[in-house]
Amino acid sequence: MTAILRSSVIRKTAGALATLFGVAVFVFFMLRAIPGDQISASLGTEAAGLTEAQRQALVEYYGIDEPLTTQFFSWLANLFAGDLGFSVRAQQPVLDLTVAALPVTFQLAVFAILLALIIGVPIGMLSASAPRKARDFVGQALSLLGLSIPAFLLATTLLTFFAVNLGFNPNGLGYKTLFEDPSVNLQQIFLPSLVLGFGISAPIIRTTRAAVLEIRGQDFIRTARAKGVKTQRIQFRHILRNALIPIVTMTGLQFGYLLGGAVVVEQIFSLPGIGRQVLLGIQQKEYALVQSTVLVIAASFVIINLLTDLLYRAIDPRVRAE
Amino acid sequence: MTQLKQRLNAPLKAIALASSAGLVLAGCASASEEPTTEPTETTSATAEPEPTSGGSMVVGITVDPDTIFPWKATQFQAFRMLENVYDTLTAFDADLNVVPGLAESWEVSDDGLAITFDLRDGVKFSDGSDFDSADVKYSYEAIQDEANAAVARSTLGGVTSIDTPDSDTVVLNLATADVGILANLTSVNLAIVSSDDTEETLSTATNGTGPFVLESRTAGQNVVLARNPNYWGDATPLDTVEFRVLPDEAAIAAAMSAGNVQMAVFSDPITARTVTGDVTVNTTPQLSYHALMLNARNGSMTDKNVRLAIQCAIDRQAVLDTALLGEGAVTGPITSPAFRSDPNARPCPERDLAAAAEYLAASGNAGGLEIDAIVAQNLYAGAVEIAQAVAAQLAEANITLNLEVLESGTYIDRWIAGDFESAIALNGGRPDPDGMYGRYFPSTGNLNQVSGYSSDTMDALFAAGKSEGDPAVRKQIYADVSAELEDNAVWVWMFSGYTYTATSDSITGFTPMTTGSWQYLRTTGLK
Repeated sequence: MTAILRSSVIRKTAGALATLFGVAVFVFFMLRAIPGDQISASLGTEAAGLTEAQRQALVEYYGIDEPLTTQFFSWLANLFAGDLGFSVRAQQPVLDLTVAALPVTFQLAVFAILLALIIGVPIGMLSASAPRKARDFVGQALSLLGLSIPAFLLATTLLTFFAVNLGFNPNGLGYKTLFEDPSVNLQQIFLPSLVLGFGISAPIIRTTRAAVLEIRGQDFIRTARAKGVKTQRIQFRHILRNALIPIVTMTGLQFGYLLGGAVVVEQIFSLPGIGRQVLLGIQQKEYALVQSTVLVIAASFVIINLLTDLLYRAIDPRVRAE
Repeated sequence: MTQLKQRLNAPLKAIALASSAGLVLAGCASASEEPTTEPTETTSATAEPEPTSGGSMVVGITVDPDTIFPWKATQFQAFRMLENVYDTLTAFDADLNVVPGLAESWEVSDDGLAITFDLRDGVKFSDGSDFDSADVKYSYEAIQDEANAAVARSTLGGVTSIDTPDSDTVVLNLATADVGILANLTSVNLAIVSSDDTEETLSTATNGTGPFVLESRTAGQNVVLARNPNYWGDATPLDTVEFRVLPDEAAIAAAMSAGNVQMAVFSDPITARTVTGDVTVNTTPQLSYHALMLNARNGSMTDKNVRLAIQCAIDRQAVLDTALLGEGAVTGPITSPAFRSDPNARPCPERDLAAAAEYLAASGNAGGLEIDAIVAQNLYAGAVEIAQAVAAQLAEANITLNLEVLESGTYIDRWIAGDFESAIALNGGRPDPDGMYGRYFPSTGNLNQVSGYSSDTMDALFAAGKSEGDPAVRKQIYADVSAELEDNAVWVWMFSGYTYTATSDSITGFTPMTTGSWQYLRTTGLK
């Protein structure tokens, strides 16, 4: 069993490393396939006025004078040494920028997931408790809204509504961390979390509904009812517990996506998270910044998937037994 | 020293206030009414109360400055911040007259080949070190050095040597007379830095002679400027100015409505109108201009008759109304206020489809023709809408405009290489016409490959304009330049837009400029 576990861990780790290497290669070369470079991104049409010697000086300044393969392997080698590169724009190491940005996105993702679960699981259970009845239609409609309203639209609408009508715009105050000012931080994180959480609650509603419907029809539920177990206990201990596996899978996947996918919401609500860091990096063609940040996001995604796997073991004795 | 400061700053303030009447087209809003962005002339600018000393102000910006090193700054936000930190030898007032900066006065030699600057006394850098002529020589020679890749190197291209006879005097020796150089020296790209500083030291901290110093900078979040205690001029009313990054204009409008931000500049009039509360929105005409650039060295554009047919087929006002909701004014080639072209001085002042057909027939394309146009999708607002409106109008003249809508990086690469038949473009304007077009149309200009046009007449006119000292004669020379450009339909100049400066009613003393400059942050304060 230990050997099996060890080989499973080795296999998963190897797979994760191969995935990360693939991401590194893909991002590195895709970035360079985008027309323009850091010089034209920085100078715009003013770059037309550069002399050849000036252009050469800038090529060296931005470190894009080496052949692509040399750039790639030197970046990889630096990564292993813990050097994610240097942002010329911010005049700071990418590692420092990432260390500052990652907790913002992480907090946003955690809050969004919590809100999504708070919205999604009860509604999914309510929907499943009376299929094809009014409450099911309401649940399904909410899920449809969550899926179909784009985050940017909901975010802009909420931002404008709260700011213009209620004078409430904590995101205009400049970002405060949870440790600097907990009250302002929680206010700043609430609306963006709600926007993301509402979007994610849609698949959670659907998954919960489907899982609950499937489980409540199974023999052991009928047996529990026949034994006289209370409905509430059946709902939470028997049905929900067993429905958790697909919900956890879905939540884990969404959490991973959130780490890289909160770009739009971070942008609209001015949160200095990892998504905005990538966006700014792409706009400025800051290769090192984008490559390293995307790799950090990919690594987070892989780690969260591994954690999700481990969580299965905690909530499902059958997985432990295997 | 104190007397000198008073003598120099009194007229500056008077000019700044007077300019509000001339240039700043202001509308007002209160909590109960929507802010207006209609350009309306103000009759008196003296009603503004004097700012009180102290306090802080937040300015909303959509992206943080990409550099704090002035010689390499081209980004709007970096420029706006740095012009409050660094000084130049000459400066503009609000009417775009050249006024003393770090040079208290200057004298041009009779042959125009030497300009002697008398430097201001008692100026210190923010680190406390003294400013003198060695700093000017160091800065300008470093800017001239190609290895430093300074973006304004070409401005000093005609400077053959720099003499410093004493610590208060600098002499620029020129290869040929250059009247426009005094205006061109105002750019923060030609900022004077201390000879003890390098690009490396100035990339992480500022050390200028301007009214503010950089207090802090958090990437992607904000930049805070604080009053420079060593500033040679009047101390700024504000203790600090925070440039806060709120990534899009809608977020800035929301923050202004909630009172989190006291000032912002919008490019989108619709967003500017969404700001509520005690906010005033000033509509300021810009020197930049929208044009359909025609590459006279490429394809059918080599034929002057084709270019004239295009000029005659486009209704500029209709394009402006359709694409930018009428927010702008039709313009000719030169937007520099003292040299402004008459927008109607051209072969087709109004749209004339019959004339377009005649020109087309003269070019041998009576049956119509196709032209390619590059358009930037995400470089500036309105580009695609302008392109579509122009294409619709040209279609009525039997000219098919094939739009290549490009990602900004691709557009810039093609634009720089002059790799287009025509291009929908928004180009920057300058207060001096030589600074504006001296790079484009003389055959030796460093952007001539982009302009796609040169001629002996144009070379002669620009050479004359550069060296002519008589303002009236110089004005006529640039009127001739304008006529040459329009008569040959070198490009189709369409219109200039506005910017919308929203300021909270709690602040006073700010004057928006047609250059887009925020230099009057130094006179801005709380009421």
